[in-house]
Amino acid sequence: MKYLVMLVAMLCVACSPVDNTDTGTSTTGSTARADGQAADGKTWAITGGTVYTLGKAGKIEHGTVLLRGDKILAVGADVDIPDDAERIDARGKIVTPGIFDPESQFGVVEVGSVKQTRDASAGDSRFSAAFDVADAVNPRSVLIPVNRIAGVTRAMVAPTGADEHIISGRGAIIDMGSTEGFVHRDPAAMFAVLGESGAAQAGGSRAAALLALREALQDAGDYAENKSAYASNQRRDYVPSRLDLEALGPVLEGKEPLVIHVDRASDIEAALRLARDFKLKLIVSGGAEAWMVADQLAAARVPVLLNPLEDLPTHFETLGSTLENAARLQQAGVLIAFATGDTHNARNVTQAAGNAVANGLPWIDALKALMLNPAVIYGMDRQLGTLEPGKLADVVIWSGDPLELSSHADQVFIAGRKIPMVSRQTLLRDRYLEAMRGKQAMPAGYIHP
Amino acid sequence: MKPARLHVMMLTMLLVLPCGMAIGATTPPPTEFPPEAFPSTYQPLPSQATLIEHATIFTGTGERIDDGAVLLRDGKIAAIGKQIDAPADAVVIDAKGKFVTPGLVDVHSHLGVYPSPAVRSMANGNEMTSPTTAEVMAEHSVWPQDPGFNTARAGGVTTLEILPGSGNLIGGRGVVLKNVPATTVQAMKFPDAPYGLKMACGENPMRVYGSRHQFPSTLMGDVAGFRKAFADAQAYDRAWKAWQAKVDAKGHTKAGPPPKRDLAKETLALVMDGKIRVQMHCYRSDEMAVMLDVAREFGFHIAAFHHAVEAYKIPRLLAKAGTCAAVWADWWGFKMEAWDGIRANLAMTDAGGACAMIHSDDANGIQRLNQEVAKAWAAGRRAGLDISKAHAVMWVTLNPARALGLADRIGSLEPGKDADVVIWDGDPFSVYTRTEKVFLDGAVVYDRDDPAHQSTSDFMLGSFIDASAGARPDTEDSR
Repeated sequence: MKYLVMLVAMLCVACSPVDNTDTGTSTTGSTARADGQAADGKTWAITGGTVYTLGKAGKIEHGTVLLRGDKILAVGADVDIPDDAERIDARGKIVTPGIFDPESQFGVVEVGSVKQTRDASAGDSRFSAAFDVADAVNPRSVLIPVNRIAGVTRAMVAPTGADEHIISGRGAIIDMGSTEGFVHRDPAAMFAVLGESGAAQAGGSRAAALLALREALQDAGDYAENKSAYASNQRRDYVPSRLDLEALGPVLEGKEPLVIHVDRASDIEAALRLARDFKLKLIVSGGAEAWMVADQLAAARVPVLLNPLEDLPTHFETLGSTLENAARLQQAGVLIAFATGDTHNARNVTQAAGNAVANGLPWIDALKALMLNPAVIYGMDRQLGTLEPGKLADVVIWSGDPLELSSHADQVFIAGRKIPMVSRQTLLRDRYLEAMRGKQAMPAGYIHP
Repeated sequence: MKPARLHVMMLTMLLVLPCGMAIGATTPPPTEFPPEAFPSTYQPLPSQATLIEHATIFTGTGERIDDGAVLLRDGKIAAIGKQIDAPADAVVIDAKGKFVTPGLVDVHSHLGVYPSPAVRSMANGNEMTSPTTAEVMAEHSVWPQDPGFNTARAGGVTTLEILPGSGNLIGGRGVVLKNVPATTVQAMKFPDAPYGLKMACGENPMRVYGSRHQFPSTLMGDVAGFRKAFADAQAYDRAWKAWQAKVDAKGHTKAGPPPKRDLAKETLALVMDGKIRVQMHCYRSDEMAVMLDVAREFGFHIAAFHHAVEAYKIPRLLAKAGTCAAVWADWWGFKMEAWDGIRANLAMTDAGGACAMIHSDDANGIQRLNQEVAKAWAAGRRAGLDISKAHAVMWVTLNPARALGLADRIGSLEPGKDADVVIWDGDPFSVYTRTEKVFLDGAVVYDRDDPAHQSTSDFMLGSFIDASAGARPDTEDSR
């Protein structure tokens, strides 16, 4: 029965009229969604704002962004607004695409110190590459409203197995505005670690970590070509389990990117060699010293997910950390996106981006790094990343410069859904503001007679 | 080392003590007890009279002066106002379009005790071998070469309190430092600053010891641990005071030898005497209320609750106790006691009448305390709290100075105070603004445009010596 449901779901995906490069090949039965069904079927006209499309139209003063269903219908200075459209006045405000967090733990970590609420890794599990966070994501996580009302509309949910396996597993991209069909793409990327973390798990040396990764990839390649022989016990033993070998297939075919967390310049170079040898679609995460090998990264077209605030030699592999990392990589032609490593405060990525600008990154490139580049990096830029007709309607209306500390998101749309601008934190705030304004703080549930 | 040789050395050490100090036979007069240990050797760096004019000044006292001027002379604020005539010998800085604030003050840092690089042998901030270690002192773990001191200084931090970690109920004494480049901790030590005692309620101590099946493993165990330690210290204090009462003005006594010094109890006795200020890690409102009662029971005062993510629930209680709340702008959710963190915490606590402030607890965050203030201020405005920027600047200047017991010396730009001053290249509430110059006791300790005033830690030297003719810039200089 479950099989049938899955089959129907997959068929629906296949016959969807929209671009379906995002459907992936779900082997987990998770809810890969076809085209994001119209949130409420409404038409919204966001008018009068300064629109940064991040697309070919660039910046539009006094622009209109028209949303219908889950898509953007039109963007421009002269857009005919249908009669049935509900208007939102954005004069004096800034309109952008939503923020796409390229490496988060949304829905797989609730309270950091409460292990029952953590599903981002499985240290005692036999599985590494086959470990898929999509099966664990909780779309009702309290963290999601906290961050989506600050403009974060999409997120890569990544496994965090750095302390357990060299290959941590598969990540999934989620829609931050939905509790059904919220896994937008699964699998979206494979995650692994090298450098100090990799060495710690491989017996104590970086060389052993690289060897382990090579061995897993070689085994997966051999397995892919000899599946029937393997099934009939006619093939040599492999180190990874059968499911791990299966999971590495799309990575070896170059269909699924491999995100390797790596910081030291020489470790990045080692990852680049690995990617070249196996023809992998490599993404560097961390990249504290990426600026030192920027030209090589640019030549290999390898993007970097980085925290622009990282500037201390907290590890021997990050001695070269600098606030100018983002600016230097951008200057060298490397595609960058921002990952702060703090899912609870993923919203602070705008502050991180602002600091990258203060340290040399052009403002518009910082905006792209937040909103467009993650979509490009994960191959979803045909659906996301810009305000252009036909794209999913992830739109944020900002009170001012999105990177400024005094600005906030006035209104957020995710796939056309107008998001209630409420979170557990705003509710707590309002409850105690009320208590403060009253002469006496009464317990909740009681009122003054 | 042979015992005989050790003996000779000890003798030598005793002999070189200043003549005034008693050895052996006579006992020290009570006024000098406990004797000063590890005295500060801090000396202000050479400075020149400096007039900063045409700046937008946030004074740190809640006021703003547009097109204002401030004169630094002999390491002190000599004058501040709309216009000050430049003395003949003064360097004049035209700060048109720029902003000036007092040097930033952080009450909660682990720089030096948890330095970069974060390797085991350098991580010396938590003596987690007993839940109460009032005898340890953070200054004995501070590594002055932590590159984080330099980046914090570039962020405008001139005074900071280095605290032990929160693994223990009583973690030990903190130390207040002037953020100057130095090779010894004594050379950074803020002269005559009161000591702080780090205490921690909540999840951390009970997790550390509970996981070893040791005491405490519950919140009630935490509180019992504090009470037991202070009760013991009370008895110790009584014994010493009884003995001291029998010492005459010349330091002679017939009461026999003094009680044996107990460094832990001595520290707690000084807390109860009001000489050491309690800096207490405490997240939840209910736990803060309990600790205020514990303090009342033993007659001590809690200077500030640190990490007080629920301070917004009890501002009046804090105000009444005269206890400050030191908070992050928006950290939350990493453990249960941080679950109710909200962005408006600082602003609401302040509006509720309590002394509130930003703290870093983080080597990265300490570099941008102005931005943390800006976020907290913006959250307050969104909550409908009409707070001026000039007032919010107190959250990182005068209020932390109060918590440290140093409000008469630092934290605001008032004549006679230490000349700790930051010139910002724009509004410090903007994410794009950076420090331009930082003065500490009137001396330039950081200058964005002058590498001569950008300190590099010994540790960073030679990290990237490239054989190919220095193709790679040294990272710290190029930051």
